[in-house]
Amino acid sequence: MGTRRERYPPGPMAATDATSLEAAQPALSGSTHPPAASEPSAIFTGPRRGSHPRAQASARPARVVEFRGASKLYGAGDVGLERATFVIRRQEMVFLVGPTGSGKSTIMRLLIKEIEPSEGRVRVAGRDLCEIPRQKIPFYRRNLGVVFQDFKLLPTRTVYDNIAYALQVTGASRKQIRATLPEILRLTGLSTKLHSYPHQLSGGEQQRVAIARAFASHPPLLLADEPTGNLDPETSIGIMQLLYRINRAGTTVIIASHDSGMVDRMRRRVIELRRGRIVRDEASGSYGGREESTDELGERLRREVA
Amino acid sequence: MRPAFFLKESLRSMRRNVVPSFAALASVLVTTLVLGVFIPVVQATNGAADDVRKRVLVDVDLLSGASAATVARVRAELQGAPHVKSVQFVSKQSGYERQRKLNPQAFALIGYNPLPDIFRVTPDRPENSGALRAELDQSSPLGVRLVSDPAIAAVQNRQAQTDRIVSATRVIKITMALLAALLVIASVLLVSNTIRLSLFSRRREVEVMKLVGATDWFIRWPFVLEGLFLGALGGAGAVALLAVAKVTLVDPLANSVRLISRPDMIGFPLLIAILMACAVGVSAAGSGISLRRFLRI
Repeated sequence: MGTRRERYPPGPMAATDATSLEAAQPALSGSTHPPAASEPSAIFTGPRRGSHPRAQASARPARVVEFRGASKLYGAGDVGLERATFVIRRQEMVFLVGPTGSGKSTIMRLLIKEIEPSEGRVRVAGRDLCEIPRQKIPFYRRNLGVVFQDFKLLPTRTVYDNIAYALQVTGASRKQIRATLPEILRLTGLSTKLHSYPHQLSGGEQQRVAIARAFASHPPLLLADEPTGNLDPETSIGIMQLLYRINRAGTTVIIASHDSGMVDRMRRRVIELRRGRIVRDEASGSYGGREESTDELGERLRREVA
Repeated sequence: MRPAFFLKESLRSMRRNVVPSFAALASVLVTTLVLGVFIPVVQATNGAADDVRKRVLVDVDLLSGASAATVARVRAELQGAPHVKSVQFVSKQSGYERQRKLNPQAFALIGYNPLPDIFRVTPDRPENSGALRAELDQSSPLGVRLVSDPAIAAVQNRQAQTDRIVSATRVIKITMALLAALLVIASVLLVSNTIRLSLFSRRREVEVMKLVGATDWFIRWPFVLEGLFLGALGGAGAVALLAVAKVTLVDPLANSVRLISRPDMIGFPLLIAILMACAVGVSAAGSGISLRRFLRI
């Protein structure tokens, strides 16, 4: 336990006087933060807050996601989400749980602005998503990392090109991409799979590629819709560890999952939905306790699964 | 960086989607080829029809022995009449020369010149020849002929022949116009359908690109470039085939068949330019526009 094999300890990040989510990122990637990615992320720049959410709990870290009475009706009387109100703060790791059709995916789709709320407000980093014009949506999405159950990789590209594409869309040069990618590949454990195509990888590896792509531009907010839905328990633990590591590096992570056992074991904040309504929102005792390292988390999860 | 990136992307996707790319290329090639054959054919047909229609004339026969002054007066009168495009004077002598050349034996038998001085009047439009004739040669209700000038002996417009020419050429022109319109519609549909199909197979790719935060044009440019390449390749193939056909088939015949070597027919360079522009434009615009529905995510 004393040996810290944690690659990205929270220490240096706590030392940086983070003015925003964005400012917290360089701690993660060293000094090779791609400038192209930092520009659109300006939307996430909030007011000056405390340096560490847990160090200054009273300072109330910035609200990254805020739902205010948001409803979504699909067609005639088909309720996707009903008057959902909740706040997710910077550096939180939140699980959305509930059976199929409970509204988890609706929340995700609202957050990536694939759909608009029928009623109420959805704010990300203080900005009302309804106010973002259509042609600005791509720039907004560059601030999000999105991971799906079915990976959604580009089948005709290698692992490297898949991840690089997320940076290419922001206009990053080849040099910047070459400088940024090794870090992400190491973080996700894909360094040896660079030139493989998605169909040559296992499910867990594909999901790692998807996470690497989502995290390539170091977004302040990462959304994962059933990231372990297609994976076996052991691989799921690896994916959860990876998401946990990303979260500890300063990124707010929202995970939709119906694997309630896994969610409970993670001991993070859980928002439970049923037929579009929030029926539970609890912190699961993760706060106040001593922080685990990623390896400790993995160990504990494995123990509890077994 | 950007143009090079888009170029690389479009080449990659063509390499990766050989079959759809080839289908698009082939459909562009075939339609361009058909268009390339059809344009000259339509032109030749229309030209031939026009040629025939130009032969619709109104002959104004003068009384024999008309003096030069009379001829000049009648010419002026004819030129002033409505529906007249041009007036050509064929004197008794020159008419005789020409007819004798056509049928020397008959004229040798006759032994003298039976022809009158004639004005060949071309109406402004073939349909107006009847009106022109009526203008020059009016009949009163009593059957007394009221010729507009005393020196005019008769006005003939070969009624039956004229009617047939006018209606036949009209049918040909309308048919050709319809065929051309159908062909253009068919080729646009064919090309756009092929493009749609090849894009449809890649709609998931487009969806992922959108989710990663690519702007519409960032996604669109490689597709447009790809359409441009395929259009250019297909067009070039069609033009090459046309050139081969021209050199081997059309050119040797040009001297013997009148239709092929019409002076007002489209020149080969111009034809090539039009075909290439159509092929490239339709496929590039087609892929750019067809992408629209997949970009709405």
